[in-house]
Amino acid sequence: MARAERRRDGGWLRNYLLRHAQTLFYAIGQLSRTPLATLMTTAVIAIALAMPTGLHVLLKNMQGVLSGWDSAAQISLFLEHNTSEQAALGLAEQLRGHPTILEVEYISAQQAMAEFQRLSGFGEALNALEENPLPPVLVVQPTLDRQDPQALQALVEELRAEATVDLAQLDMEWVERLYALMEIGKRGVWLLAGLLALAVILVVGNTIRLMIQNRRDEIVIIKLIGGTDAFIRRPFLYTGFWYGILGALLAFIMVELSLLALAGPVNSLAVLYNSHFRLGGMDFLTTGGLMGGGLLLGLLGSWLAVGRHLRSVEPT
Amino acid sequence: MIRFSNVSKRYPGGYEALREVSFHLAPGEMAFLTGRSGAGKSTLLKLIALIERPSGGQVLVGGQNLNKLGRWRIPYHRRNIGVIFQDHRLLFDRTVYDNVALPLIIAGQGRQEIGRRVRAALDKVGLLGKEKLYPITLSGGEQQRVGIARAVVNKPPLLLADEPTGNLDPALSREIMRIFQDFNRVGVSVLIASHDHALIRSMGQRALTLEQGRLIGDGQLVSGESQHGQG
Ligand SMILES: Nc1ncnc2c1ncn2[C@@H]1O[C@H](COP(=O)(O)OP(=O)(O)OP(=O)(O)O)[C@@H](O)[C@H]1O
Ligand SMILES: [Mg+2]
Repeated sequence: MARAERRRDGGWLRNYLLRHAQTLFYAIGQLSRTPLATLMTTAVIAIALAMPTGLHVLLKNMQGVLSGWDSAAQISLFLEHNTSEQAALGLAEQLRGHPTILEVEYISAQQAMAEFQRLSGFGEALNALEENPLPPVLVVQPTLDRQDPQALQALVEELRAEATVDLAQLDMEWVERLYALMEIGKRGVWLLAGLLALAVILVVGNTIRLMIQNRRDEIVIIKLIGGTDAFIRRPFLYTGFWYGILGALLAFIMVELSLLALAGPVNSLAVLYNSHFRLGGMDFLTTGGLMGGGLLLGLLGSWLAVGRHLRSVEPT
Repeated sequence: MIRFSNVSKRYPGGYEALREVSFHLAPGEMAFLTGRSGAGKSTLLKLIALIERPSGGQVLVGGQNLNKLGRWRIPYHRRNIGVIFQDHRLLFDRTVYDNVALPLIIAGQGRQEIGRRVRAALDKVGLLGKEKLYPITLSGGEQQRVGIARAVVNKPPLLLADEPTGNLDPALSREIMRIFQDFNRVGVSVLIASHDHALIRSMGQRALTLEQGRLIGDGQLVSGESQHGQG
């Protein structure tokens, strides 16, 4: 009967939407009645959301720094011991004309020795050596970057074929290592995000469970006078929705404030490294992901709690 | 309106609250359900509102076999029955108006329609001036009348009342009964569980008498506990 009536009423869609809007605001009205409890729950959700989000933003920043260093891929050419300075400089000059080489720096055996003495701490002890064991080195700066490892490798092979070149070595391992570390970091962030998402679901689910317990009588009465499960579920789902949204908003504020707090020291560090690097904030995608994620987790948590606990509340 | 055919109800634990009960309540009829405490009056009403399911027999309400009614259709079934509870079952954190409006909100009525119908229902039970009050500030009789207004607000064809006058003085009880008679006069079927024999006799209406789950009498109560004339 009720269904037929609803269909006869031409404005039922409008009524339907209006009812949803009413429930939406009813739900936030209920939350605002217990501001402290709401704030605490929201804060727990926000912290759980802010941790992976903040780490994600930091990782993204690090990635930005790294891609700035990428192009600094270097090739060290260790020349034969008996190579004369003349020959070495000649080769350097010849390589400077190479299309994929930007810059070539010559380090003589003596310079290499001096640097080694300075850095190794062996100092005077090395003077005891009869002859310099270090070869002269050409440090080649290719125009290629690590985005194109095949071309780089080809260049290395080409340089290795030079008669005076004893050993050609691509100095990229440390970048590679950093990238590998970052990959682990990314995985870690995802893992953390997964665990904390579970925490958000549990927090929202538990809060909704308590709400259902507190409003048992009301639920029973609504069931007795013909309320459908969907009708009873609705305010709880909207409560979960609000927890998710509010938690995400608070998380956004937390992350932005933390970045603001870090910006000063990071800038000082960047200045030391002669870099124009600025700590980036949350981009559109991250913000959207945070909001959408918070909303979905809130809904999911309340959905699960409502599904589990509402059926047990039956009139007797 | 209501037809019971050999209906039995055995509660988990084994107690048989109703045994082979059969009766028919015609549309537009008003009747009382009486019997000692524990006789099975509330159980019978619960079977009609599908708060409990029978363990044997058939219950038909408005021609619908309740055994064949799935769980998801129970709410729609209940919307066609106004139930009045002895303990009122009002929401104490909502105003009288909101309590009475609840069935209409559940059924998805528009705001204006709700306002019109709530005021009409409150008017019928004589509570029009109290719509903004909270139930806790009302007397027992007034709370019972709020419950009645909520039960009739969406004009169900059937009213069930479980001890609606349980804690009320005789004058108030008669007033409540008069309200039920008014609804019955406009075509609503009414079934009222009560053990107040004096009141039932004074109403001169059909009474179904239960004893230990069996229907032992059907007709007007004349005098004494279980004597019946034929009505
Ligand atoms: N949920 C239940 N589980 C088990 N036994 C029950 C349940 N509900 C009622 N009973 C038993 O069924 C019998 C009938 O109960 P019912 O509530 O129908 O009686 P009643 O006639 O309404 O009594 P009263 O006048 O006291 O309200 C009682 O003996 C009661 O103990
Ligand atoms: Mg009873």
